[in-house]
Amino acid sequence: MTAVAAQPRVWLRDNGVYAALVLLMAYDLVFTENFATVSNLNTQLVQVAPVLIVALGMALVIGTEGVDLSVGSVMAIAAAILPLYLGYGLLPAIGLALVAGALCGMVNGTLVAVVGIQPIVATLALLVGGRGLALVLADGQLKDIRNPALLDLGAGKAFGVPYVVLIAVLLTVLVFLLVRYTTFGRQLVATGGNRSASELAGLPVRRVLMTTYVISGVLAAVAGVVATARLTASDPSSVGNLYELAAITAVVVGGTPLSGGRVRVLGTVAGALLMQLITATLIKHDLPDSTAQIVQAAIIVVAVYLQRSRTAS
Amino acid sequence: MTAVLTEPSVASGRSTGRERLAGLAQRRGSVVVLALLVLVASLSFDRFLTVGNLQNIAIQSSFLAIVALGMTFVIISGGIDLSVGSVFALGGVLAAYGIQWGSLVGLLLCLVPCGAIGLLNGMLVAYGRLAPFIVTLATLLGARGLLLAITDEGATTRLMPRDALLTSLGQDTFLGLGIPVWITLVLFTAGIVVLQRTGFGHSVFAVGGSREAATLMGLPVARTTMVVYLVSGLTAGLAGALAAAYSASGVTIVGEGLELEAIAAVVIGGTLLSGGRGTLIGTLIGVLIFTVVNSIFTQNNLDTSTQNIAKGVIIVGAVLLQTLTTRRAKT
Repeated sequence: MTAVAAQPRVWLRDNGVYAALVLLMAYDLVFTENFATVSNLNTQLVQVAPVLIVALGMALVIGTEGVDLSVGSVMAIAAAILPLYLGYGLLPAIGLALVAGALCGMVNGTLVAVVGIQPIVATLALLVGGRGLALVLADGQLKDIRNPALLDLGAGKAFGVPYVVLIAVLLTVLVFLLVRYTTFGRQLVATGGNRSASELAGLPVRRVLMTTYVISGVLAAVAGVVATARLTASDPSSVGNLYELAAITAVVVGGTPLSGGRVRVLGTVAGALLMQLITATLIKHDLPDSTAQIVQAAIIVVAVYLQRSRTAS
Repeated sequence: MTAVLTEPSVASGRSTGRERLAGLAQRRGSVVVLALLVLVASLSFDRFLTVGNLQNIAIQSSFLAIVALGMTFVIISGGIDLSVGSVFALGGVLAAYGIQWGSLVGLLLCLVPCGAIGLLNGMLVAYGRLAPFIVTLATLLGARGLLLAITDEGATTRLMPRDALLTSLGQDTFLGLGIPVWITLVLFTAGIVVLQRTGFGHSVFAVGGSREAATLMGLPVARTTMVVYLVSGLTAGLAGALAAAYSASGVTIVGEGLELEAIAAVVIGGTLLSGGRGTLIGTLIGVLIFTVVNSIFTQNNLDTSTQNIAKGVIIVGAVLLQTLTTRRAKT
């Protein structure tokens, strides 16, 4: 493949998701009614926030050449823990939910980094078992949230921007800085790029993997708290259902290769926004959910096809 | 080089005595787990070892087993197929839709699109060189979308007439066992023969063991990859049609999470997710483990949530056992 022929493809691979997002937004501005209103934009951003938060952790895990299927169940565990401890105050309850997320991440990390089980299987176990655990914790029941502080977190705004969106933006910045400017970020990318070389170079590969899965678990717990606050109810049987697939989709469409060694945080944001906007656009034009799913499937295939050139060349 | 072609044991990694021992331990591991579960089951409730209950377990296992059969082929070849749950549901709905023109049309209308989805997966993986995980994730969404599109967004449930031949395939019994159980047994026997005794089977092991080596040996790597995904699509669709016939209706909400259960059954059965190694007998044992767990929990009136915790623990336990025995054999 010559350099000239490769260039458009490389450009598409690196910037395709942004281009698609801009095109779709331009289309929406012109053809979709009630799109460019503050309330609609806020609705879209609030809806995408939990997926995005989960996808940030997923991008890190995929960067290590792993995958974390347990995120949806970890969200459910966090959601189930919240109402149990809200009596002690908002912060202790959220704190415990995040600790539970970290513990789940440690279980995944131990199985992957220490025992050496493939990430798909290791995290599959927690996907199956985690939701069961969440339901047991919650007694299998949906619990209404009445804590005013938590409700405010879900519905409140600062300077016209919902808290939920601010949290997502803050976490995005943190993860971006983590990947770009810290030693841990470089070690993570190196581990994903070539694990044995990283081991030979003396990098703390196991610790890096462990930390990555813990971060993913904590972020999933944050998403569980956010989703619960928005829903005004703790619903461990459905919260976070299929979020693992939505998160993986956002990451892959955003240009992070499944083969590891590269993390694109901003691409992940664009990927999550793109998938959300597609669904919203189709719904606003009265096209059914089924069409949205088929369109999303096609986009995933196109995104991965574009990435292929990276390995082929 | 030709040794691999004539002796699949080389590719499947059971060539040396030590490795054979590890393989035995792996398979024994799941057998031991199954035996323990059966023991627990027969102690915890009297009705477990009755003919009726065993018949029940057999028929409940059969649908997952057929899906896991195709999944085993895919995983041995080094791939993964996440789309089977959606294809399973799609197959059931298509069969229930097509049966109005006769059983044969119902079966064909189920198998042709499901096979086509499998073929599409295979082509994208084999010729497009795309990651199986993502390709089949896309068809998981796509097949579910297709399913919703043909059922008025999931609102329509089509019933299958009780007197149709296809329905009786799901509901009738022969020598005390349901027809789906017999179909499962026939398919597994055929699958074992294909894996162990045919060139195609040997290629599946070789491709999963090392794609590059298989290519250098001149094996039809792309064709083999395509066929395993085709098989997986067909088995998932067939299982869906049989399950629909068993319940006499094409329900749209089935099959979610089925891909994970099938993968777990295959892995518990000792097939390595990295490919190149695995057995269909192991898969069958893995499926039985799941069904016996289900049976224990439902009979003791425990809810599905505790059941899921137990399943998660079993997956980790089985894989830990596998990893530890494999590692000991290597060192």
